[in-house]
Amino acid sequence: MDFKLTEEQRALKLAFEDFFREEMKQAPETTGGLEALLASEESWKFHRTLGKKLGEKGWLSRPWPKAYGGCDAPIVEQQLFNEVRAKYRAPGVDPWGVEMFAPTVLIGGTEEQKKRILPPIAKGEVHYCQGWSEPNAGSDLASVRATAFKAGDYYIVNGQKIWTTGAHFADHIFLLLRTDSSSRRNAGLSVFYCQKDLPGIEVRPIQYMNGKHVYNEIFFTDVKIPEANRIGQEGEGWGLTRETMNFERSGIGYFAGAKTVLAELVRYVKNTERDGKALSENPLVRQRLAKLYRDIELGIALSYMGAWTQHKGNAMRAVTMASMAKVYGTELNQRLATAATEAMGLYGQLEQSDWAPMGGSMIDAFQMAIGMNIAAGSSEIQRNLIAWVGLMLPRTK
Amino acid sequence: MDLDFTTEQNTFRESVSRFLTNECPFDKVRQLEESAQGYAPDLWPKMADLGWFGMSFPEAYGGFGGEFMFTVILQEEIGRACFPSPFFSTVIQCGLTILAGGTEEQKKDLLGKIFDGSLIMALAQYEEEASYLPTGIRMRAVAQGDRVVLNGTKMFVMDANIAHKLIVVARADPGITLFLVEAKAPGITCSKMPTIGMDNCCRVIFEDVRISQKEVLGQPGKGWEVLEKMAPKATVAKAAEMVGGCKGAIDLTVRYAKEREQYGKPIGSYQAIQHFMANMALAYETGWSYLYKVASMIDADEDFSVEASVLKSAMDENAKFISERACHIHGGIGTAREADIGLFFRRAKAFSTLMGDTDYHDNKVAEALLKGLPDLT
Repeated sequence: MDFKLTEEQRALKLAFEDFFREEMKQAPETTGGLEALLASEESWKFHRTLGKKLGEKGWLSRPWPKAYGGCDAPIVEQQLFNEVRAKYRAPGVDPWGVEMFAPTVLIGGTEEQKKRILPPIAKGEVHYCQGWSEPNAGSDLASVRATAFKAGDYYIVNGQKIWTTGAHFADHIFLLLRTDSSSRRNAGLSVFYCQKDLPGIEVRPIQYMNGKHVYNEIFFTDVKIPEANRIGQEGEGWGLTRETMNFERSGIGYFAGAKTVLAELVRYVKNTERDGKALSENPLVRQRLAKLYRDIELGIALSYMGAWTQHKGNAMRAVTMASMAKVYGTELNQRLATAATEAMGLYGQLEQSDWAPMGGSMIDAFQMAIGMNIAAGSSEIQRNLIAWVGLMLPRTK
Repeated sequence: MDLDFTTEQNTFRESVSRFLTNECPFDKVRQLEESAQGYAPDLWPKMADLGWFGMSFPEAYGGFGGEFMFTVILQEEIGRACFPSPFFSTVIQCGLTILAGGTEEQKKDLLGKIFDGSLIMALAQYEEEASYLPTGIRMRAVAQGDRVVLNGTKMFVMDANIAHKLIVVARADPGITLFLVEAKAPGITCSKMPTIGMDNCCRVIFEDVRISQKEVLGQPGKGWEVLEKMAPKATVAKAAEMVGGCKGAIDLTVRYAKEREQYGKPIGSYQAIQHFMANMALAYETGWSYLYKVASMIDADEDFSVEASVLKSAMDENAKFISERACHIHGGIGTAREADIGLFFRRAKAFSTLMGDTDYHDNKVAEALLKGLPDLT
């Protein structure tokens, strides 16, 4: 076993470093973290601009097969890209289009669909949002109720989706819909995508607890989606969606991003005095920093091991490792934000303002952490998966 | 990057695992623990014959020149089997100390004997204050003619009761110095301390113990530097044993949770149990992944001192959490001396105190962090 990068991998990492270091000089102040893509028109614009530049370099589609504009990049290289991007807390990669929908199309799409749908994603020209969650469904994704019924070349879609992050900016949405009215649970579901501005689609904002516009609810009233926009066979959407869930969930982003935040926190405690001493001299603060650094380091090693497992095609173990990285990574970011805001004392409660240490980013992260622990399968769902798939403990129905 | 073990590494792990399972099942582990010697004298030469002791040492001194990774794998398997032996004190602590600081002659002589199983050694470092720092060394070594006279008390000296030779850390004229002392030399009194890990921790009293001036390991006054060279590797080796212990505890608990029924269902089907076990598995996988990252760094000759501290701190906490939960999930039987799972719980506590405890390592990490780590600027 050898964790050391090869010369080529090292060179590749440096190329990523050079790119992001240079580009992030232009970043608006609000950049950093998933939610920050959506913080303002300005940050969304920066996200799209950077996405196009990444598209020109071919870096959005590196893991895809060569036939569709990719370069079959091994997952370890993709891991390096994600690590460096997270380190710079750089936007530019559409997490829904690039990391979820494109792989879904690669697996379940027809040749025609691949040629139509993939190039704009690879070039960073279109951005997606994800229509999975519904009211009252929560993490129980199989309880989808929104319907799509066939009428000639079209499906007529009715229903509601919720917690749709970024729907207010996205160009397209991909959906899991019930195509068989008599079906239950995970049977009779199908995958679709459509433009977000079709007649009958209404997007209404939901404010996050920090007052920011991150997610939305979306209403579909007799929306006509062409049959050509159904991915995979009708009624077989559940299997395809489960595969989508497993793409690239090594979670390196949680850890590399956390490291950058920790570096900022270290600067803060060194430069902030209380009781005539730097905070960095406070043993309790020092202990918190050490434990956070430790947990980040372990997370990075875990995510490399997980990526390697995917690379080797060990599917069951890869699912477990992905769930581990998800739960460990999101909860680590929660601990980081909690520790940071606690070290700031009274200032730790300040939202973005001139008074707020670290630009108020930590109180934002403190609030966003709750959402991150729920999104993409709550921590409890991840723990269930680890127990069932990883430890093969009995599953009671 | 290649995160698969090599065929050689896999074969080695399998052979170690097979040996330990066959030769020392948990029942025998408990018998050995209770015995005065605390190890299996019949298995020790067999281990030597299998080449375990010289595995990661240079060929020039009779070793096999293998990567440190092999020792890490061995320690992991030893931890999984809760196998009691003087391997850590003799080969890791003393072997690495001799390699780091001994003269050529001492290396050839002592390491050769360690590798062939004829020499058991113990490191006498800690004293009554139980400090991991150089300030904790108070014992004096006073020169008298061509002799050195040792007076003082060493505590928590692992395997001193069965050792042939001790490496004694004492303050001499030029500073902290390492002395090679026959374990049965006149003036030495050794008694076992009743530690939770039952790992032959001893109190060793030195009363006017006279040794030759020549019995200095390496250079006089350089003792602490040598120990500092040994410590990170020994820390990683101890952490590897803890990683293996976590795996052993989880395996036993998974098996138990599938078999044991309550309210008509296996307890492993209840979410309360499943979520705890998921947390245990997660703690283990993070520690395991990081262990092999650090082992890779050692073999690539990179500076891994901060990483060794990160690893030990993590394993102290992970082993505590995993073994405590494992006992709890076993219910009443998990608290009985006869239960195998308790072996892991007791070791987790004992090992957390060895080669620096959690606070000691957290402090080292914090210092490095505040001084500025390369990837954190």
